[in-house]
Amino acid sequence: MPVPPSHVLIFSLLLFSIGMLGVLTRRNAIIILMSIELMMNAANINFIAFSRQLNNLAGQVFGVFTIAVAAGEVAIGLAVVLALFRNRDTIYVDEVHVMKG
Amino acid sequence: MLGLLWAIPLLPFLGFLLNGILGPRLLPRRAVGILASVAVLLSFLVSLGAIAAIADPVALAAAAGGSLTTDAGHHRAVQTLWTWMPIGTSAQGTVLRVDWAYALDPLSAVMLLVVTGVGFLIHVYSIGYMAHEPRPAYARFFAYLNLFMAMMLTLVLGASLPVVFVGWEGVGLCSYLLIGFYYDRVFDETTGMTCADAGRKAFITNRIGDMGFMLGMLLLFATAGTLDIQGILAQAGTLGTGVCTAAALLLFVGACGKSAQIPLYVWLPDAMAGPTPVSALIHAATMVTAGVYVVCRMAPLYQHAPAALLTVAVVGGATAVFAALIGLCQNDIKKVLAYSTVSQLGYMMLGAGCGGFEAGVFHLMTHAFFKALLFLGAGSVIHAMSGEQDIRKMGGLDRYIPWTHGTFVVAWLAISGIFPLSGFFSKDEILAWAFRKSILLWGLGAGGAFLTAFYMSRLYFLVFHGRARFDKETRHHVHESPRTMIVPLVVLAALAFAGGVLGVPEALGARNVLGEYLAPVFEAAPAAGTAAPAHLAAGLELGLMAVSFAIAVFGIFLGWVFYAQRPEIPATFAENVGGLYRLVAGKFYVDEIYDRVILAPYYALCRAASWFDRYVVDGAVNAAGYVTLGTSYTSVGFDTYVVDGLVNLTGYTVRGASWVFRKFQTGVVQSYATAVVLGIFILVSVYLLTQGH
Repeated sequence: MPVPPSHVLIFSLLLFSIGMLGVLTRRNAIIILMSIELMMNAANINFIAFSRQLNNLAGQVFGVFTIAVAAGEVAIGLAVVLALFRNRDTIYVDEVHVMKG
Repeated sequence: MLGLLWAIPLLPFLGFLLNGILGPRLLPRRAVGILASVAVLLSFLVSLGAIAAIADPVALAAAAGGSLTTDAGHHRAVQTLWTWMPIGTSAQGTVLRVDWAYALDPLSAVMLLVVTGVGFLIHVYSIGYMAHEPRPAYARFFAYLNLFMAMMLTLVLGASLPVVFVGWEGVGLCSYLLIGFYYDRVFDETTGMTCADAGRKAFITNRIGDMGFMLGMLLLFATAGTLDIQGILAQAGTLGTGVCTAAALLLFVGACGKSAQIPLYVWLPDAMAGPTPVSALIHAATMVTAGVYVVCRMAPLYQHAPAALLTVAVVGGATAVFAALIGLCQNDIKKVLAYSTVSQLGYMMLGAGCGGFEAGVFHLMTHAFFKALLFLGAGSVIHAMSGEQDIRKMGGLDRYIPWTHGTFVVAWLAISGIFPLSGFFSKDEILAWAFRKSILLWGLGAGGAFLTAFYMSRLYFLVFHGRARFDKETRHHVHESPRTMIVPLVVLAALAFAGGVLGVPEALGARNVLGEYLAPVFEAAPAAGTAAPAHLAAGLELGLMAVSFAIAVFGIFLGWVFYAQRPEIPATFAENVGGLYRLVAGKFYVDEIYDRVILAPYYALCRAASWFDRYVVDGAVNAAGYVTLGTSYTSVGFDTYVVDGLVNLTGYTVRGASWVFRKFQTGVVQSYATAVVLGIFILVSVYLLTQGH
């Protein structure tokens, strides 16, 4: 029995919400990056679900494309975190507020 | 010599310039005195020549040409030097202008000789009298004296009223300068008046008179259209009695100031603050007679104004008696002579006012001789007494200074009117004219004559006779004056003795030389309708003469009894009529009355004007200032708070807004993200909710 799309959507919604809460509430930059991964994966799940529902491979292609971009994004994100740590001795994003007005 | 008319005033003026500029430092003392005297002597000689030239009508007519115009019939020569004030053309088409012109006729001839002759003698006398002055003061004195001569000669020779007025003001200036010659000295101990104050008093009192002179001049210009004296006099008949009277009275106001008549006589006694030669020259012989001269000069005008003429006579007669009364109780030798001068000037005015202009001029001349002599004699006495002027501290001087005494006797008898000295004839002629006019005026004149004889005798006996009342120190210094002072005294004594022969009345079987000489001047424009008073009968005239002679003798006799024989009489007399005595001794308190009645209100007016100026006028100016200041404060306030405020408000608004917005920019990325999420949530919610409907 195929999994109905609504379940998949609810699941991806929960996943996205967890990721979003992680981005908004955690201080650690690495955790935030991880939370962003969660949100992106929730989006990927949506792509896959609607690809299957609509019989269109473009969604799956988009999912693979997203995973590839996410790998680059993580590389850059970690590099930023590394540079941050070297300069400021911290990776807590609330302590980094040089742009405060 | 007529062509040299211009040189007569100019010579002393050059003397003034030389002495004034070079005298104080460069010229030796001797040169200063000689220069000044020679300048006047040359004037005298030129005058003599010029006067000789107008005597002969034929030669005078031939002399006309160039700057000279002549009127042979009237023995008059006019020298026009230049056009002084070109005024323009009148509505009638006549050219209005004032020329700087000198006129010589018998009247100015007499004045010329008196002024330059007596002036020269006084200059010579001053060389000795002022010998103790330091050199700058000495030079200053002679410079002023020469300037005075120049101005007096301008006055006498002026052919038009403005030229006369220049001289008139000039002599006033010199009078002021010379009265205040000792400007650092106190003149009157009782009132604390300084010599400078006395000069100012003379100047200011004269100003009042000059105002009248000026107004008279302007009135004549407005009505007659000319200021040339002969031009005015020629029209005197057509001007109308009203204009003539007004103009004559206004000119007489000027004459009152200059010739010290009631009510403007008060300056002359204080003018005695000047050095004695000045008193002799300016305040006895010449300047003060300028008023009489002007009245005589304008005689035809006065003849057309009977009321003005009567005023002249009454004022003159009243002054003669009033001043003589005050003279009775003065103790300063010069003050006695000063009041005597006022009184004698009154005499001249009385003579002129009664129609006897030549009698006035005659007395002017004889008075110049004997009064100059009296003053110079007084100067010699003061010189001998080491500066003492109080006659109570003199006495018995006849032995010490015989020359001064001898000449003084001549002057004393002459002024008292003893036959055959000069004063007798001139005084008698005036009295005869007064008698013809009115017995009352004659009474005034006769009373004045009696008083004159009396106070002059008082002066004479107190000074030269009786016990010497000065201290040993002074007695030690008493000395006869130097020759430069004695010679002028002797010459003047001769003149005072014999001057009367020029005017011996016809009743005595002689010719009235002066009267005949002056006749053309006063007959130039015979009064229309008013016939000249008939000559008195010879018997009556002789009777009047006898009366005036008796009066003079009686006055002298009384003076002799009172002050030589029975010196205690005056004291008892003064005690018995104490009030009257104090009134006379206090000079009738005229000065005090003037102080209260004229000066006090005047000062009050000045103070009021000053108050008005300070508080009202200045107040208005200050108010304008305050208003401007207030406006500027308002303007500044508006600028600071409104204009700047608006600008600042913009800034504050922007700053406040930025303060609010800055709160959002925390720098914490998560808060931005939260905002984004919330925004999306709201947008989606709105979208979904609106989509449903």
